[in-house]
Amino acid sequence: MSERQRATHRTAAELGAAIATGETTSAEVTRAYLDRIGAVDGAVHAFLHVAGDAAVAQAEEVDRRIAAGEKLGPLAGVPVAVKDILTTKGMPTTAASKILSGWLPPYDATVVLRLRDAGLVVLGKTNMDEFAMGSSTEYSAYGPTRNPWDLGRIPGGSGGGSAAAVAAREAPLAIGTDTGGSIRQPGAVTGTVGAKPTYGGVSRYGLIAFSSSLDQAGPVTRTVLDAALLHEVIGGHDPCDSTSIDAPVPAVAEAARRGASGDLTGVKVGVVREFAAAEGAEPGVVAAFDAAVATLTKLGAEVVEVSCPHFEYALPAYYLIAPSECSSNLARFDGVRYGLRSGDDGTRALEEVMSLTREAGFGPEVKRRIMLGTYALSAGYYDAYYGQAQKVRTLVTRDFTAAFEQVDVLAAPTTPFVAFPFGSRTADPTAMYLADLYTIPSNLYGGPAISVPCGLSEGLPVGLQIMAPTMADDRMYRVAAALESTQEPRLADQTPEVTA
Amino acid sequence: MSTASTATGELADVLSRYEVVLGLEVHVELGTRTKMFCSCPTVFGAEPNTQICPVCLGLPGALPVVNAVGVESAIRIGLALDCSIAEWCRFARKNYFYPDMPKNFQTSQYDEPICFDGALDVDVDGKTVRIGIERAHMEEDTGKSTHVGGATGRIHGATHSLVDFNRAGIPLVEIVTKPIVGTGADAPAVARAYVAAIRDIVRALGVSDARMDQGSVRADVNVSLMPIGASEFGTRTETKNVNSLRSVERTVRYEMVRQAQILDDGGVIVQETRHFNEATGETVGGRTKETATDYRYFPEPDLVPVAPDPAWVAELRAALPELPAAKRTRLRAEWGLSELDMQAIDNAGAFELIEATVAAGAGPESARKWWLGELSRHANEAGVELSELSVTPAHVAELQSLVDGGRLNDKLARGVLAGVLAGEGTPTEVMTARGVEVVSDTGALTTAVDEAIAANPDVAEKVRSGKVAAAGVLVGAVMKTTRGQADAKTVRELILGRLGVQ
Ligand SMILES: [Zn+2]
Repeated sequence: MSERQRATHRTAAELGAAIATGETTSAEVTRAYLDRIGAVDGAVHAFLHVAGDAAVAQAEEVDRRIAAGEKLGPLAGVPVAVKDILTTKGMPTTAASKILSGWLPPYDATVVLRLRDAGLVVLGKTNMDEFAMGSSTEYSAYGPTRNPWDLGRIPGGSGGGSAAAVAAREAPLAIGTDTGGSIRQPGAVTGTVGAKPTYGGVSRYGLIAFSSSLDQAGPVTRTVLDAALLHEVIGGHDPCDSTSIDAPVPAVAEAARRGASGDLTGVKVGVVREFAAAEGAEPGVVAAFDAAVATLTKLGAEVVEVSCPHFEYALPAYYLIAPSECSSNLARFDGVRYGLRSGDDGTRALEEVMSLTREAGFGPEVKRRIMLGTYALSAGYYDAYYGQAQKVRTLVTRDFTAAFEQVDVLAAPTTPFVAFPFGSRTADPTAMYLADLYTIPSNLYGGPAISVPCGLSEGLPVGLQIMAPTMADDRMYRVAAALESTQEPRLADQTPEVTA
Repeated sequence: MSTASTATGELADVLSRYEVVLGLEVHVELGTRTKMFCSCPTVFGAEPNTQICPVCLGLPGALPVVNAVGVESAIRIGLALDCSIAEWCRFARKNYFYPDMPKNFQTSQYDEPICFDGALDVDVDGKTVRIGIERAHMEEDTGKSTHVGGATGRIHGATHSLVDFNRAGIPLVEIVTKPIVGTGADAPAVARAYVAAIRDIVRALGVSDARMDQGSVRADVNVSLMPIGASEFGTRTETKNVNSLRSVERTVRYEMVRQAQILDDGGVIVQETRHFNEATGETVGGRTKETATDYRYFPEPDLVPVAPDPAWVAELRAALPELPAAKRTRLRAEWGLSELDMQAIDNAGAFELIEATVAAGAGPESARKWWLGELSRHANEAGVELSELSVTPAHVAELQSLVDGGRLNDKLARGVLAGVLAGEGTPTEVMTARGVEVVSDTGALTTAVDEAIAANPDVAEKVRSGKVAAAGVLVGAVMKTTRGQADAKTVRELILGRLGVQ
């Protein structure tokens, strides 16, 4: 194995350590990943933009900072792929939509600033469902991303690009965003680790809003420790985001290291009865989940069943709240100030140009949700739809609060089914929406949740989801790391080689 | 100046059949250093699009952060209007598409305003009218569009439009009245007095420069008529962005007459927004909407609720400055004026000017005399408000001190004032430049007096014999030779002294 090949097989924590000791350099590692992207991304299509020379230049700058003795974090010099929904100064940011084609943001998202400050190198921008609306990347305006485990299958969504990039070893780390499961479900179906921090734990400044009260950025990695280390880089209070929590980031890396010892004695894990009873989960997913729970028991955890009676209403409530907020958040894309402008031939009135721009610039799923949300917020319907959904949100939150009085964390499958073939769910939106059945409750509640690989079903990865109370992100990392410690080799390291 | 007296005939006719209902929404642009949700400066008149950032441009990903001073200003306005202050309230998004609104929604407040349920007393011709305040809420201003290529600067016929976002995100407080009923023929004057009172209050609070000419206080004027005795309000029109007190008054009067004519002819009033045309004094219809706009309000998820600490609110209440109404009562007593005198001052819009003139050192009586006399005459001739004259209260105080010091007499002072109004400088500068100072050189005056006595021996003899009143002829002669630049009182004393009559 050449030095460059070796770089793409190491964990981010290992790479950070190797760069810090001078065993390798950030520039060397960055070039290795750029080579890898060059070799396989034609087949995977995880990236919408590859930073190339800019990434190398940034890596060389980090190498200079390290050589100058600057104290950077444990991930300094490690490359990272960023979901194309976070603004990057001077680097294209499209949210996988035609309406933002050609837009160069004049500012970095806080998450991106923190990556740069900690010496991480931005490799490029990853593909996703347009404006993060979807579970397969099939709604990207620039073509879907393919699952490295099976190029005929979806990599999950919306953050399929970030997950596939990590699974295909095109990046050691990636940033995703999770509104209803967009970090965790791609993590599950690509055999990677995806964590949604507590809402408010990571700044949303510069995250192009889909649903403001639900969106949360988080890490996508191959190991639980890498996720925790990345979480600590991007987390923490940001005065530019009013909903950001003004408290220290929970000690998640420490929790991940503790969990890696494989001892869960004293940890109480709740299995949600209503999820187990729900129809629709594939038998292979259920089997992998049951095996994972058995492993947790073996590691010393006490597993009990808990009831969350309102979880079954979470999905419909989500499909009122998220579209409502999106209908307002996406109103700004009108061709007046930036991005696509369509039909401005000097004969048309402004309103018509706005309308033509939105008609041409938005894809079908985005339009569907804008219409749903516009309807749900209309006078006369507000109480019945948006108002009711908010009440469900309160009840789901109460279910979580009650459950966490009995247990430390909740466990569930991340998603009911393994990676499905392209085109198999696009005809029926509700069939696609089911992908987020188990992930949505945590978004409505605001608590953290992580998906960690827990086995295979029909040769495809299955994820275990661990949900924790708000600001107790450390708990889920501990449990996830413990489960991971039982896997040798790790699932992420079993990804088949991509053949272009 | 009062409407009731100038338009009695026309309005009396309307009011013989209809009752008028008013509703006023006053937008106050706060004078905060930075915008409501970002740290951009708020300087008026800067080059277009130089006071902008990702937040106030509504760029993808940008998020708002509430300006604490804006919240404080809103609360202080609410307290001054005797409102309750919400212990917990939220911002809301008002969704509609408009090119000068960067996010295509306005961050405002909906059913949870920060201030609610207040009242304000305004005086109109000695009568006190209590105006109920429905609410005062916080919101952000929009940008400003300029339409280029059309004949009138209006969108119709324009080839393209330019948008300046400097104003986008400037904090506003919108103060909404409850329906104002029962004002009858005073309606136009009540509307004017109310807007003036709001303007004076926000200025006294120091939360806004309250420049109506720059749009930092502007009013939406709602007017409807209903047949006398009816229980339901009629359909209203809303005349938007009226930006002077005079225009507020004229808008109400015009709409009352216009709506009455339509109703008299069996027509219906269309619910619409209208615009007041300063030049014609008429309101013109805007876009008529077949259906009411649905703004799809919902709580702003990017902001956390505002929950002002009651102790802090109590502190703000205790620290409120003396409000205009209280100050008026106090100063009326201090100045020793009757209520009628004060009304004349109010009607002339001279209260603050007189107050400032007194503060600059003039006596209340002389300050009042200048502003209500000579300066009102100038303002009327020029067709402007007193405050728009180029003379300042400091000028008036200086002028009066020249009179009090014997350096100008009343006649000369009026001439000097005209010079100040013509932009020739301060009163002292004008006096010096024009060489019109009262002759106080007693040597020169004595010569003039001796000449006058010598030229009028008969008159002098009459005075000597005790007919002191005859001295006026001699005074006149001296004033003539000194071309009016002598102080008549001094001249008279000199003459009497010369003739041995003390
Ligand atoms: Zn700004």
